[in-house]
Amino acid sequence: MGPNLLANYTEAIALILFSIGFGNLLLQPNLIKKIIGLNIMDSGMYFFLAEKGYIRGHVAPIVVDGITSTEKYINPIPSGLVLTGIVVSVSVTALMLSLTIRLYKRYHTLNLDEISMKLKKEGL
Amino acid sequence: MDFVRNFPAISILICMFAAIVSSGLKGRSARLLNTVLVLVVFALSLITFAWCIANGNYTVYVMGVFPAPFGNEIRFGVLESGMALFFSIIMMLSIWGGRQKMKDEVATDKEFLYYVFLNLLFSSLLALVYTNDLFTAYVFVEINTISACGIIVIRENGRTIEAGVRYMIMSLLGSGLLLLGIMMTYDITGHLLMSNIKESVEQIYTSGENLIPLVVTIALLTTGLAIKSALFPFHSWLPDAYGYSTVSSAAILSSLVSKGYIFLLIKIFYRVIGFDIIKASKLLNVLFVFGLIAMISGSMSAIRENDIRRMIAFSSIAQIGYIYMGFGMGTTAGMVASIFHILSHAATKSMLFISAIGLTDVSHGSRHFVDLTGSAHRNRIAGIGFLTGSLSMVGIPLFSGFISKLQFMDAAVSLSYRKMLPALIVLGVSTILNAIYFMKTVIRIYMPLDKLGANRAQADVATNTVPSTKRMGINGVVEENDVILFRQEKLYGFTIILFVTLNIALGVCSNTVLEWIRTGIRMFS
Repeated sequence: MGPNLLANYTEAIALILFSIGFGNLLLQPNLIKKIIGLNIMDSGMYFFLAEKGYIRGHVAPIVVDGITSTEKYINPIPSGLVLTGIVVSVSVTALMLSLTIRLYKRYHTLNLDEISMKLKKEGL
Repeated sequence: MDFVRNFPAISILICMFAAIVSSGLKGRSARLLNTVLVLVVFALSLITFAWCIANGNYTVYVMGVFPAPFGNEIRFGVLESGMALFFSIIMMLSIWGGRQKMKDEVATDKEFLYYVFLNLLFSSLLALVYTNDLFTAYVFVEINTISACGIIVIRENGRTIEAGVRYMIMSLLGSGLLLLGIMMTYDITGHLLMSNIKESVEQIYTSGENLIPLVVTIALLTTGLAIKSALFPFHSWLPDAYGYSTVSSAAILSSLVSKGYIFLLIKIFYRVIGFDIIKASKLLNVLFVFGLIAMISGSMSAIRENDIRRMIAFSSIAQIGYIYMGFGMGTTAGMVASIFHILSHAATKSMLFISAIGLTDVSHGSRHFVDLTGSAHRNRIAGIGFLTGSLSMVGIPLFSGFISKLQFMDAAVSLSYRKMLPALIVLGVSTILNAIYFMKTVIRIYMPLDKLGANRAQADVATNTVPSTKRMGINGVVEENDVILFRQEKLYGFTIILFVTLNIALGVCSNTVLEWIRTGIRMFS
């Protein structure tokens, strides 16, 4: 396990980032911190994927000088997936932020537990 | 007739296109477009379904010009097209049934947005059903989540926005795990198309190398989708989201959105990993245990609940537990029972939500049991709907719920003792618990009117002291003791009749449906 971990230290870092973000999104009561956690989690995942797609010594898959051998280039699909994932996480973040603004305007707090308590008092 | 193979792709694309067009329309025309759209998708799915049955084999449809290992694919057989057909029926009925109520609860200038979300939701559901590509599935899972959040928060009050936020948080945790699982699958197999992944997974499994990453991947994919479909420990967002959103949204969320994720999970089990490897990984036992706990705990919470909408929502948790228990059995019979239960629960739960709203409308908009006393006499058609739904949920013969319970029992008997006993005992207990809370409600809403007179004064006082209880009669015309007749609410009554018919049809023609499901599963893998 030791040498494997050392050789794949970038993946390990990516997964640690993922766990930090996951924990924040799950456990923080503050909505803005939750959203920050979401972004850390997503970045961790994209880091993981980008690292998986990169092969040392190979270049970006843009054909120059007519070389078409696969030995020369990295795999372009993970980069494409990262781009798609970034689009998704941007839209989700925007949606979460807009909902947070609405809640803050109504209840003047960012703490989700306090908001729940205020809702119970309202008795809607 | 070979043109039919284009229909799944066409139905996904017209839904997305309609969503874009709706964003520029006024409420009325957006509503019309949505109705036409769902009917068109219904027709297309019906033709595809008939074609698949006649064809007797699955069909692979290549999206774009690139062939198998690189391009994107749609793959459909009896199960997929049948599911799409069923989803479009439930979608239509849920929208019709909640239309009156939606006029009261959604601001007129926001109405078109509701239809934008519904069209997007529908397209993503169809894509989840049809796609053969894991990353496409992820993208549509996210579209599904965002549009589902949209239909929760469209009724803008504090409760729904909070429910929307909680729903988003849990869903995002789920999709985070799902995406990580997909990435690791891509990492160890090098493919994104489901059929290609399966070949590589079989190689990995026979060679014995990378076995631990494989198990971790399966666990990540399953946990992600289980969180999103509200399996027991992850259900905290569900009662608020189903209980306070406008009624069409609640019906659609409970019967379609969570089922879309479960269908994707079935697809992953059969087509991505292979059911034998899933069984060997022992992961199904975990699902089995959580399914059993969900069946009991969901029903217990439902019994304690005093609010009819939240009670139905808690009952959903128990029903999701049934479905996961069927997965956990690890046999084809269990899977068939689960898929039948998906259909039966979708048909029943949306009917319960729609009829509950009819009952609360004639009780000054209050959702508490005390105020609902005798409400079935005030709104007969909703009462019939609720009665049918309850009987089906409890599992009375003739209705669809009976067949799914029977199938679960049948599947459980063939298991080993360690699994058979808990499954049978929990099924029995859960049926009794279901009967307790549904029959309690049915008895209350059918309380005879003359007995009611004595309680009436008391109930009125109770209603009036709650300041936030608004009088939300239909268009404000309903006054005290008013009786809703069929001719006042043609669309609503028609919807309930269709729902009842669908439920009984599922119960009576169950052999045909089960045969379709079995054929579908054979085509599936």
